[in-house]
Amino acid sequence: MTRWNSLLVFISLLFSIPLAIVFGSLFFPEYEVWEHLRATVLIDYIGNSFALLIGVGFFSLLIGVIPAWLVTMYRFPLSRQLEWALLLPMSVPAYIIAYTYTGALDVAGPLQVTLREITGWQYRDYWFPEVRSLGGAIAMLSLVLYPYIYLLARAAFIEQSVCVLEVSRTLGCNAFGGFRRVALPLARPAIMVGLSLVVMETLADYGTVQYFGVSTFTTGIFRTWFGLGNSLAAAQMSALLLVFVAVFLYLEKRSRKQARYHHTSSRYSSLMQQRLTKGHGVIALIICAAPLSFGFIVPVSLLINWAIDTYLDVLGKDFYLLFFNSLFLAFITSMLAVGIALFMAYSNRNNQSLLNKIMVRLVSMGYAIPGTVIAVGVLIPFAWFDNSLDNFLIENFNISSGLLISGTVFILVFAYLVRFLAVSINTIEAALVKIKPVMDEVAKTTGMHTINILRSIHMPMMRGSLLTASLLVFVDVLKELPATLILRPFNFNTLAVRTYELANEELLAEAAVPALAIVIVGIIPVIIISNSISRSRPGHG
Amino acid sequence: MDKAIEIKNISLTIEGRSILEDVSFDVREAEIACLLGPSGCGKTTLLRSIAGLEIQDEGEVWVKGVLFSDLTHHLPVEQRHIGMVFQDYALFPHMNVRDNIVFGLKNYNTKMSIQRLDELVTLFSLEKHINKYPHSLSGGQQQRVALARAMAPRPGVLLLDEPFASLDIELREQIARELRLILKLDGITTIMVSHNQLEAFAMADIIGVMNDGHLLQWDNAFDLYHKPKTEVVAGFIGEGVFISGEVINNKEVKTEIGVIQSAATHQTVIGKKVRVLIRPDDILHDDNSDMAARVVDKAFRGAEFLYTLQLESGLRILSLVPSHHDHPINEPIGIRLEIDHLVIFDEK
Repeated sequence: MTRWNSLLVFISLLFSIPLAIVFGSLFFPEYEVWEHLRATVLIDYIGNSFALLIGVGFFSLLIGVIPAWLVTMYRFPLSRQLEWALLLPMSVPAYIIAYTYTGALDVAGPLQVTLREITGWQYRDYWFPEVRSLGGAIAMLSLVLYPYIYLLARAAFIEQSVCVLEVSRTLGCNAFGGFRRVALPLARPAIMVGLSLVVMETLADYGTVQYFGVSTFTTGIFRTWFGLGNSLAAAQMSALLLVFVAVFLYLEKRSRKQARYHHTSSRYSSLMQQRLTKGHGVIALIICAAPLSFGFIVPVSLLINWAIDTYLDVLGKDFYLLFFNSLFLAFITSMLAVGIALFMAYSNRNNQSLLNKIMVRLVSMGYAIPGTVIAVGVLIPFAWFDNSLDNFLIENFNISSGLLISGTVFILVFAYLVRFLAVSINTIEAALVKIKPVMDEVAKTTGMHTINILRSIHMPMMRGSLLTASLLVFVDVLKELPATLILRPFNFNTLAVRTYELANEELLAEAAVPALAIVIVGIIPVIIISNSISRSRPGHG
Repeated sequence: MDKAIEIKNISLTIEGRSILEDVSFDVREAEIACLLGPSGCGKTTLLRSIAGLEIQDEGEVWVKGVLFSDLTHHLPVEQRHIGMVFQDYALFPHMNVRDNIVFGLKNYNTKMSIQRLDELVTLFSLEKHINKYPHSLSGGQQQRVALARAMAPRPGVLLLDEPFASLDIELREQIARELRLILKLDGITTIMVSHNQLEAFAMADIIGVMNDGHLLQWDNAFDLYHKPKTEVVAGFIGEGVFISGEVINNKEVKTEIGVIQSAATHQTVIGKKVRVLIRPDDILHDDNSDMAARVVDKAFRGAEFLYTLQLESGLRILSLVPSHHDHPINEPIGIRLEIDHLVIFDEK
């Protein structure tokens, strides 16, 4: 093994420590705690997590696939704008939309107050849907997660050859028949990928369910650790959650393998969007505008409204420090993530051994691990390391090292990397694939040195992807809540954590300013993604 | 015989560009017609407007006495009961051969649908492939599946868009002949689109030559070659050169290579300057001839050479000569005229 390879293996193993810890915990059964959990809350955790998954999966499919089909195939009022605007809810973290709707729909919120004023009813005179419920959590998560499905479904619909749809029409299918019998089955593999992202995000969510008081696996892990004080049992619950994620991902992969559709058509006549009649156009507009309105326009307007009321109190030295902390963490992590990803992707490209491949896959698994689980897996080994070092130093040198790593920004960045390295690796690998080895060979025949090849061929081709990768990681870090909440150093705050704290103190209006800051930064990758799709249509350069 | 398809004065403009201009023709029952022309001439658009995938601005489409489309009324594609085969076949990649073929049979009951499937599978020799997916089939097999799929619901007419373009060149003419047999056996009225005249000649009973959105001539292959009505048709079908001449009487034209006589009488004005089409098979190689021309280029075509010859005046003509007459470039060879069909156009 070369030095280069050893480094690759070392890095991969380092970032796999949390995973190993979580699964390792299964070897130290905690019968008593589990007995207690089983008798009390475990059924709730499992039941709620399942209900949440099925609900969010169903609704995000509904509001993801249908608008994707409409904006791809038809022209109606605002359809061009909706194409990209439907991605906007992606920029709103689920916990933020949850706070916003709670503020708006609560008993004391503007909607119910108005209702009472108009009707003269008293509180309890009427039924009003409770936002802070399982149903509410399903609605909130669906509204911000559907864009994953929309994005992939739309890309799949665009990619399909129009010819197969036209064939279906000559064979007697109307537009809906063509959608149901041809377009939808063809897009299924892509839609499944979108659904699996939604499932992972749903399982990873902590902020929403915690705020709504819905007990799920993630809140359970939190409570087991900090409520029951049992980190081992928390790690075991994490392992259980991961097994579930792994089984789901395996099933998804397998279903995709069976249905790997080869496009039979290499011709792409330009997509002829059908212009809808006025009535149909309005219906299509309403169907597409609904998820955008409820997932973005309404909550962001509310946030802006509250921010206007409170920004004078909130904006101050404290807020700027918060802002700086968040940007600093996000920046450091994104730079490291891109650097490590670049190293791993290149090692894998230059030496395509099975070992290297496994190592890269191992690191990429982090994205499937909920932040809470990563926090558990990171904190246990580092706390052990810190304590051992401290004991060793005290015994031998009578010096205390204190908590060297556990209470620092370092551990936070490490946890972020475990979770988000996959994002940068995938982006960079996708870019590297496009640089065919033959380009290197051509360059070499002109007498170029490796360094020059890197500089004058690879870098110009990779620049965009490097930027995209770092931005995606940047925004993900900025939004991340549970791991930050657990691992942050004492008295160290970020925008996400501050939003969470203010919301939990029922200071929803005050939470609006940091929340809005997160949303605004979150819009950047949405713009990048929508640009890259509109350029990716086959046959259109 | 009955007219199966009537196209009346179709015009179509896309984004300000005229694609079809006043195109009219009829196709008779069980006839195979071909729209022939260079790429971009509008032939595929015409086919698509018959299918209903494009909507014409003017004109009418009638199929079997039913009005498919006029200015105000357009029957939706799915109600036209038309079979269409696309250039790259567009098989459904998520379905196997069987499901592809029965896709359009949703109104058939199971027994009828199996029966129809069996008929088509036999007709197109697909027995071994019905469980395969499209990507594992060769180009020729894909084409047969696409044809079977289009013919399964017994459509009133069959439309084929460049049906041979995705096949190996060596196979095209053979498959075209086989397909012609199948279509004739079935008696289905067919319109195909092609840019290759050899395919058109092998398949079609009648051919429409198109250029620049216009239908120039609607005729059988023999007449298109020997009696082209316009210079564009003459240039597009077969090979040949135009030389200048002067009309002596309604049967003879005087040219630089001699007086050319016509079997038929032409309506023209004596003394008029005309251009005469000289096909390579009009110029015979004859060592005993007084007239000689120098070989400037030659192309070997197996049984024959196509010689490009230059006369003393500098005029160049083509001659098709059996390939045992191998003459080097620059050598003068004797030639003789033998023209059965005089094709003349007015000098511009």
